[in-house]
Amino acid sequence: MPEYSDKVMEHFTKPRNIGELENPDGMGEVGNPVCGDMMKFTIKVKDDRIEDVKYLTFGCGAAIAVSSMVSEMAKGKTLDEAMKITNKQVAEELNGLPGNKMHCSNLGADALHKAIEDYRAKVNADS
Amino acid sequence: MKKINLDYTAAAPVDKEVLEKMIPFFSEYYGNPSSGHSLGEIPRKALQEARENVAGLIGADPAAIIFTASASEANNLAVKGFAKANMKKGKHIVTSSVEHFSILNQLKTLKKEGFSVTELPVDNYGLVNPADLAEAITDQTILVSIQAANPEIGTIQPIKELVAVAKERDVVFHTDAAAAVGWIPIDVQKLGVDMLSLAGDQFYGPKGSGALFVKRGVRVMPLIEGGIQEKGLRAGTENVALVAGLGEAARIAAEQLEERAEKAAAFRDRLKESLFNSIPHLQLNGHPEKRVPRNLNISVSFVEGEALLMRLDMAGINVSSGSSCTSQALKSSHVLTALGVPPELAQGSLQLTAGPDNKIEDIPYITEQLADVASILRNMSPLYHQYMKEAKQNA
Repeated sequence: MPEYSDKVMEHFTKPRNIGELENPDGMGEVGNPVCGDMMKFTIKVKDDRIEDVKYLTFGCGAAIAVSSMVSEMAKGKTLDEAMKITNKQVAEELNGLPGNKMHCSNLGADALHKAIEDYRAKVNADS
Repeated sequence: MKKINLDYTAAAPVDKEVLEKMIPFFSEYYGNPSSGHSLGEIPRKALQEARENVAGLIGADPAAIIFTASASEANNLAVKGFAKANMKKGKHIVTSSVEHFSILNQLKTLKKEGFSVTELPVDNYGLVNPADLAEAITDQTILVSIQAANPEIGTIQPIKELVAVAKERDVVFHTDAAAAVGWIPIDVQKLGVDMLSLAGDQFYGPKGSGALFVKRGVRVMPLIEGGIQEKGLRAGTENVALVAGLGEAARIAAEQLEERAEKAAAFRDRLKESLFNSIPHLQLNGHPEKRVPRNLNISVSFVEGEALLMRLDMAGINVSSGSSCTSQALKSSHVLTALGVPPELAQGSLQLTAGPDNKIEDIPYITEQLADVASILRNMSPLYHQYMKEAKQNA
């Protein structure tokens, strides 16, 4: 087992915001079982802010902790702010990830960004 | 909290009798077995006694036993050592796709040095088909190396049949028997193998102890050159304490093989039954019957192995997994892939190996904990949610 920080272990054992929102405003999926990690983020948007965010994750301890952390970081942020969340920030908020687990941190922000892009594409299509 | 080790393949405690046998050779009988004077006498006798005990466990001539520091080293001596000594006869080697990395990785190196290698496929249970071996052997084939049992899924290969195929074409046969020796009867003469690797730590001997059986007349080149220890096949002063430990472990294993195997199989079978009865969507990996008695390998659908392993560890239960996240190379198990196990199931694989401290009474606790952990992780798995949605639509 890799050396995980206490923060990673805390998010892994008590992940926040698990689930899938019904009729989400935006949805983003990344990863696949071959690489070992999959994440699906759903968001509700109100007044250009992420009002609610939930995710489902198939993956290792780091992947679960990353998705939990990303959901916490994104909640309440404006879409522009949320788009600026970087993988590096997520890893920092988790007090670091083991070297060979850094790729897991990439998935979290990517899935969130995809969900925001999905929402924006829908809004653009409607207007 | 309960502490339940189900990962005895990774490491097991050294048997108390084995440890007692080893201790005097560190400071009391510290002599060098090669010495001409009397200090070397007891260590030299200890080496001989160990050689006889290891030979006894596998039905070999003691003179055919070469001590090594691991089964990995024994595998390297067998394959690289044989290839280098016999390359004038041909440069083709046949193996299987489910071998240990200590076979597969050295074959990659030999390929770079001009050898050609055929990796035989396996069926869904991990078995090599002797007909495939017959087809793979060419006039250039000098060596076949196929494991006796798989360390991850426990599948036992039909070595006798495979040897018969190789012998028909006069090809030398090596078997990596690290996962088999001490757990199923292994007799080099009955099997007909020319070389066999074993590891002491797989039957309660010390880590760092292994051996290679090399039948008389089979030529191998040493990996470590120097003095004439181990018939010149492995230079360096013998690690008498570890060898003595290996010998004692072999002696006890020969004596208790049946009893140990029965006890491990009884626990393993009860555990399997309990898990499959209580937890939906499990899959057995490996052969239902032809497997080493202490091995159970299952896949927990919809979830990933490292997350399972970590949560079980927090509940005091130690297991290992073939998921990519638990491997340093970040690749899921090559064994499960060769069996045709789909990627998501390979990711959710757990290897459970029974050992000396496992009790039938602990099975309900293990089952309860795995059921719990599986359900927590499934509830957050996109694959499980997808499956449930589809099941609802189909209902």
